[in-house]
Amino acid sequence: MTHLTSRARRIGAVAAVGTVAALVLAGCGGGADTGGDSPAASGSLDSIKAALEKGGEITYWSWTPSAEAQVAAFEKAYPNVKVKLANVGTGNDEYTKLQNAIKAGSGAPDVVQVEYYAFPQFTLTDSLADLSVYGFGDLEEDYTASTWNSVTSGDKVFGLPQDSGPMALFYNKNVFDAAGVEIPTTWDEYYEAAKKIHAADPKAYITNDAGDAGFATSMIWQAGGKPFTAEGTDVTIDLQDAGSKKWADNWNRLVGEGLVAPYGSWSDEWFQGLGNGKLASLVIGAWMPGNLMSGAPDASGDWRVAPMPSYDGQPASAENGGGGQAVTKQSENPELAAGFLWWLNNSDESIEIFLKSGGFPSTNAQLSDPEFLGDTPEYFGGQEINKVLADAAKNVVPGWQYLPYQVYANSIFGDTVGQAYQSRSDLNEGLSAWQDALVQYGNDQGFSVNK
Amino acid sequence: MAIATSTSPRRSKTLLIVMVVYAIYTIVPLAWLLFSSTKTQAGLFSSFGLWFAGDNAFWDNLVQTLTYRDGIFVRWLGNTLLYVVLGAGGATLLATLAGYGLAKYRFPGRRAVFAIVLGAVAVPGTALAVPTFLLFSEMGLTNTPWAVIIPSLISPFGLYLIWTFASDAVPAELLEAARIDGAGEFRTFFTISLRLLVPGIVTVVLFTVVATWNNYFLPLIMLSEPDWYPLTVGLTQWSAQAIGAGSQPIYNLVIMGSLLTIIPIVVAFLLLQRFWQSGLAAGSVKQ
Repeated sequence: MTHLTSRARRIGAVAAVGTVAALVLAGCGGGADTGGDSPAASGSLDSIKAALEKGGEITYWSWTPSAEAQVAAFEKAYPNVKVKLANVGTGNDEYTKLQNAIKAGSGAPDVVQVEYYAFPQFTLTDSLADLSVYGFGDLEEDYTASTWNSVTSGDKVFGLPQDSGPMALFYNKNVFDAAGVEIPTTWDEYYEAAKKIHAADPKAYITNDAGDAGFATSMIWQAGGKPFTAEGTDVTIDLQDAGSKKWADNWNRLVGEGLVAPYGSWSDEWFQGLGNGKLASLVIGAWMPGNLMSGAPDASGDWRVAPMPSYDGQPASAENGGGGQAVTKQSENPELAAGFLWWLNNSDESIEIFLKSGGFPSTNAQLSDPEFLGDTPEYFGGQEINKVLADAAKNVVPGWQYLPYQVYANSIFGDTVGQAYQSRSDLNEGLSAWQDALVQYGNDQGFSVNK
Repeated sequence: MAIATSTSPRRSKTLLIVMVVYAIYTIVPLAWLLFSSTKTQAGLFSSFGLWFAGDNAFWDNLVQTLTYRDGIFVRWLGNTLLYVVLGAGGATLLATLAGYGLAKYRFPGRRAVFAIVLGAVAVPGTALAVPTFLLFSEMGLTNTPWAVIIPSLISPFGLYLIWTFASDAVPAELLEAARIDGAGEFRTFFTISLRLLVPGIVTVVLFTVVATWNNYFLPLIMLSEPDWYPLTVGLTQWSAQAIGAGSQPIYNLVIMGSLLTIIPIVVAFLLLQRFWQSGLAAGSVKQ
């Protein structure tokens, strides 16, 4: 769910400028009103189950489509608990509000939806409750390594993963066949395929990319890049490390030669292209099937899924989008909130609802469930797509980290790397410009970046 | 074109072309909105933007927009009206009283007020939104309609407009005459000045109404209860539903909602523009 409209990005950027600084200061200074003494300094999975029986009222901010049905099922299972669900906006909008509430010292919900790329921003500023005191550390085995890594920091557990988006190659078989293209397994083959498809139909492209921060960071992730590292407020940014360069060099030929469609995802052209075959493939998160079915119904039966191409032909994937839920430090009843979170992202009942809404799971049980793996959707010509997608989840390159101000970073991607896309110039220069802006911003906000 | 006599025909031709281009530029988005409002979700992506798709879904879209999620759109419309009536109405009233006072009375601190108002005009509302949020949070007013209405009450630009307008439109001699005839200041204001100020007030009403109607950022950060959203924030949320995992695109409803949202503004303009006459008091006094 990392894809946001440019409008949302801009607004987020405006708000972030005003809020991150204060957040960092509050984080460093111990935080004036961010919770004070935690009502429950220790507990266990049993104690949160007891809290669920006892009941109470909690607030939950989420924009995920399955939230309503999940809350209804939860309230049925635990009738003493009342969950006030509010959709306060998608992605950046919600983070803006959450940051404001944290700064103001009140107004944050008990449980909040946070995308993986935004987790560091809130954990670093001490805004989320550490759930390891309730024994959530024991849940590690239930989730895929990459998603678990995204919600934890050392021994601390700041949330539970909900959806995941291991990347795969979604392609339109008809278009590939018509152009005489085999399914590419390496990026070199992908580049050749891009040329063939564009040559066969000048209006058709192998994929689209107008410069999208979520996509670029995922691609750098797959290439083995680790451009962002953070240890407390010490941050290192190197967007010219081996992996970042590898991706930029690879993608340069596609963008530079005009082989990718120059429009953004979720645009009108994008939906049209997915439906009419002018957009032949997408390298995107495993949550895509539902969107294809609802957004491009005309192309039913044409699409297939294959592993993401890699640099050496060996399986390698990365997470693209996805997120989980966390308990805020402001929560007055963290034990109950943790109980709800535990039910939300660990119970079969809730995950079932989530899967029905078109999400892709982060839980190992579902990812190895024969029924899930054996699903053969008609839209994909009866292919067992979940087998490919579940494999992708296993092959996510480990060790990735986002910046502690990734929300802001993504919001200025268009102004820096996006420029390189527009002028079809070297993406490496765009990455360097992005890095310069991020180093300066981070230092201005009280981090010590590249020092 | 009577004015054309004073300019060469060639120049007026260029002007005409510029105006036609400008008119097209202004009308095309509106036309797109009208055509798109007749299409289904699928039709939106498969047909040309400036013409009809095969099936006419205007009525369906309208009904769906008004009933989707238990008619939350109607609730948002009501909220917007509430914010506009109280916010823009109150802003106009305050701006009129203050602007008139500043223009027609001499008192200590007048220059300071002038400087503050001019300064306030220059600060964009977006920049003030976060500090305002913290202030309101301190007072426990966030997530209530007051958090949107109270900041809307302040319109430095409106005050400035009334002030300059009142300086010219209400002749000091007229006020002198009223005072000599024994009218109190309030009576003078309500029976004489207010009428002369109408074109200025209408301008301020339009500005504040449009500003409050379109206000997005302030309610976005102030409110976390969808039941209190105005249309701007609500429609953005509908639009955002189409993006990301498990998306539920309802672009047809977003478009119909946008159409319904601009209609009241258009109506307000059409109704109020006839009040735009200046110089009501022209010739009333010897200057």
